[in-house]
Amino acid sequence: MTRRALGLLMLAGLSAGSAAPVASDLDTVMSLLAMRRHGRVEFVEQKFLAILSRPVESSGELLYDAPDRLEKRTLLPRAETLVLAGSKLTMQRGGHARVLDLRRYPQIQPFVESIRATLAGDRGALERVFHVEFAGNVRRWSLTLTPLDRQLSRTVKQVQIDGSQDQLLRVEIRQTDGDRSLMTLRSPATP
Amino acid sequence: MNRRRLAVAALWVCCVAVASVIVARARYVTDLSAFLPAKPTPTQQLLVDQLRDGPASRLILIALERGDARARAQVSVAMASRLRRDPQFSSVNNGEPVTAQRDREFLFQHRYLLSDRVTAARFAPAGLHDAIGETIDDLASPAGLLLKSLLPNDPTGEMLHIIDQLQRTPLPATSEGVWASPDGARALMVAQTAAGGSDTDAQGNAIEAIRAAFAAAVRESSAPGAHAVQLKLSGPGVFAVGARAKIEHAAVRLSIASSILVVTLLFAVYRSLPALALGLAPVASGAVIGIAAVALGFGAVHGITLGFGITLIGESVDYSIYFFVQSRRVPQNEAAGPSWQQTWWPTIRLGMLTSVCGFASLLPSGFPGLAQLGLYSVSGLVAAALVTRYVLPALLPDGFAIHDVTPLGAGVARLLSRSRQLRGWQLAAMSLALAGLALTVLQRHQDSLWNRELAALSPISAADQDYDAMLRSDLGAADVRTLLIVSAPTLDSALGLAERAAQVLGPLVDSHVIGGFDSPANYLPSAATQEARRASLPGATQLRENLRQATAGLALSSERLQPFLRDAEAARSSPPITAQDLQGTSLRTGFDALILHQKDRWNALLPLHALPKAQTIGTARVAAALQRAKLTEARVLDLKLESDDLYAGYLAEAIHLSLAGILAIVVLLLIALRSPLRVMRVLAPLFLAVLTVAAGLALSGVQLTILHLVGMLLIVAVGSNYALFFDRQAGVHEAGGESLTLASLVIANASTVIGFGLLSFSQVPVLVALGTTVAPGAFLALLFAAVLSRA
Repeated sequence: MTRRALGLLMLAGLSAGSAAPVASDLDTVMSLLAMRRHGRVEFVEQKFLAILSRPVESSGELLYDAPDRLEKRTLLPRAETLVLAGSKLTMQRGGHARVLDLRRYPQIQPFVESIRATLAGDRGALERVFHVEFAGNVRRWSLTLTPLDRQLSRTVKQVQIDGSQDQLLRVEIRQTDGDRSLMTLRSPATP
Repeated sequence: MNRRRLAVAALWVCCVAVASVIVARARYVTDLSAFLPAKPTPTQQLLVDQLRDGPASRLILIALERGDARARAQVSVAMASRLRRDPQFSSVNNGEPVTAQRDREFLFQHRYLLSDRVTAARFAPAGLHDAIGETIDDLASPAGLLLKSLLPNDPTGEMLHIIDQLQRTPLPATSEGVWASPDGARALMVAQTAAGGSDTDAQGNAIEAIRAAFAAAVRESSAPGAHAVQLKLSGPGVFAVGARAKIEHAAVRLSIASSILVVTLLFAVYRSLPALALGLAPVASGAVIGIAAVALGFGAVHGITLGFGITLIGESVDYSIYFFVQSRRVPQNEAAGPSWQQTWWPTIRLGMLTSVCGFASLLPSGFPGLAQLGLYSVSGLVAAALVTRYVLPALLPDGFAIHDVTPLGAGVARLLSRSRQLRGWQLAAMSLALAGLALTVLQRHQDSLWNRELAALSPISAADQDYDAMLRSDLGAADVRTLLIVSAPTLDSALGLAERAAQVLGPLVDSHVIGGFDSPANYLPSAATQEARRASLPGATQLRENLRQATAGLALSSERLQPFLRDAEAARSSPPITAQDLQGTSLRTGFDALILHQKDRWNALLPLHALPKAQTIGTARVAAALQRAKLTEARVLDLKLESDDLYAGYLAEAIHLSLAGILAIVVLLLIALRSPLRVMRVLAPLFLAVLTVAAGLALSGVQLTILHLVGMLLIVAVGSNYALFFDRQAGVHEAGGESLTLASLVIANASTVIGFGLLSFSQVPVLVALGTTVAPGAFLALLFAAVLSRA
């Protein structure tokens, strides 16, 4: 009887013990990310669309300046810049700039806010838009973000961000219709 | 004698009564027309129409300040929804996507008629291959996942192209879902009135409607900060209404104030109510007859002319002062001395004639404002002088006398006595030194002496103009300065010309001569162009085959593009779009803003945008390109340059006319005085006064405008009376005569300085210019005339 109770307690303790480190790992990862003030990585992005018989690919670099400036510089197949600063999203292409307010186009949020808030290590900002699930550990982690807003969840099913320490390695955006985009990131080769 | 007095009085009453009827029935206008040419060239006519009723004239910029962003946004949304239901406004835009859905549907449905990329080559296999390849590349872009739904229907990307074509200027920033300044401190809205900008009454009503909508929105708002939100308005209509109110306010208030002051002054001098009443008779008669003359001569009286009414008080009240003061001694020596009419009237008549010469020089001006002022002054002065000469003596009761003002004159004489001890050469040297000094100052300010911008006459304060410029830059809609205008007898042919002009302008954008341009043909292509685009779409079977060849090797199979084939086939058989089809979309407003319909002409306006960071556009290069393309129906109009040119033309003309007027005065005086030396003595103090005032204004940083010039003319007109009296006094030497002359001049001068001095305190720049020139000038003219009279 006592042994059994002890066993239950141990079980409870075990499960509690395994839950606590997970939560703190998310916070550790977030604080590691928050410490980085600037970042610059190269990206290759593939889009898998049902309508196309093969994926379309684009590449370029991603720049981040704390706390809220994210710049996506696409170089191929066509030069194009996307800057998110505060709630202002600027898209520039061939001398033509378009400025959007993120708050007016919430459907863009999963595509940009997911990456920016993660880079900023801003758990609060992430949790305002997504249900956040953490897996793995500090060395090898994975965030699964599910849009909270029903409008958003109609187009975007999930965003999964994989990383290691304070580095993002892979961002996958899965749409409800089965289309998805996969962005792989790596630090630029030092010349 | 009594019968003659009665006849004179009856005639006067009749004249004034007839004039009063004309004044009461006259048409009064307060729009810009006083500043616009009476006989415009075709380019000027376009400018005038633009300023009066063009799309820019109908914009009201609305800013909401204070409170917090959420409250401002809530008030903005509530105001906009109320104003959108008001037929006074043709459009109300605060950044809410109210018509966005309808706009998108319209553009999508008609994309093959609207896109200027629709040609037969684009729908041939090679063209389709390139276009679809490009669209697939677009899918790779960050916005790609949002674009993919369009792909099956629009694989060549016409929809995006049309949107880019229409949206060349960046949209304003938004905050809480509505337009806001980039710093987020203000919520912004733009309302376009249905009525033209020159309809000041309609603009006034529209402004009232906006204020009412704001009040209601604040009242009904649930946001806690809503009551702190403040409304600010700007734009041409707001300015026009404000200017009218200011001019009316200034004219009424200043006329009342100066009347009270002058009446008080005159009562203090005359100490007689009948004298006061009689003394005002010439002024009132002059004003009524002057306005009646303008109404008869021009068909309408401009508000600003009434504002100048005060200028007439300045001189015409002098006549009765001279009459009362100088004739005072006549009854006492009735038997002996000559009458006032014999001794003084010739001098007053000469003074009046010099003034008339000065003002008559404004009559031929092409600037209606100046021509009206000229006619008003000439007729008013002649009437006032005639009433003084013939009616006042007839109305004067027997034994009438005003308070003795000889002591006043004697006192002034004592003040002057010291200067009178100076020798002639000393005075001449001092005058030359002063003139030299003034000329040096003017020489140094030569380049900045005259303000050549029409804005100098604008009754809008610099602060209001700056605020307007700030709102415009917040809205990303810098003032449209340069327009390319094509006109034709029908809307469709005007649109066709706009398309031809666009072919000339396109290369100029590519070669960085201009930053970009808008065209009404982007909203509604001409029928011929629509027909050509429709004809360039291949038939269903052909297109299917083209598509099969085009998609070979692409990631997109033609099987997936069935919706495209359907839409293209539908476009081939759809009727052309007309202006009617734009109804209910925000595109209608954009289109209407670029079309100006006059009696039998349709004008298409193509606003040209400067290159980023460039302030102006090389209009000469645009004009040259149009000429090369033999597009003779097109005209390039730089609104600011054109209106400044217009004003510079007025200014140059006014300077020439004034010089001619002065020449006429010299000739008149030479004939009347028969001595060049006397003419010089009469004119020297006047020119000295004008030079000193001009130098003073230049020193205090004021740039001279056309109104300062009119003021200088007034100095000569008023001052010539002073100088002539001193000239006459030097000739006759009567006992006690000088004291009376001095007294009358001092009183007359005081009333002039009061009248014009008050103008300096008005908020209307044209009146301030007049006041600050004439008040010191009249005083100096008297001073110099008095000091130099013995030289």
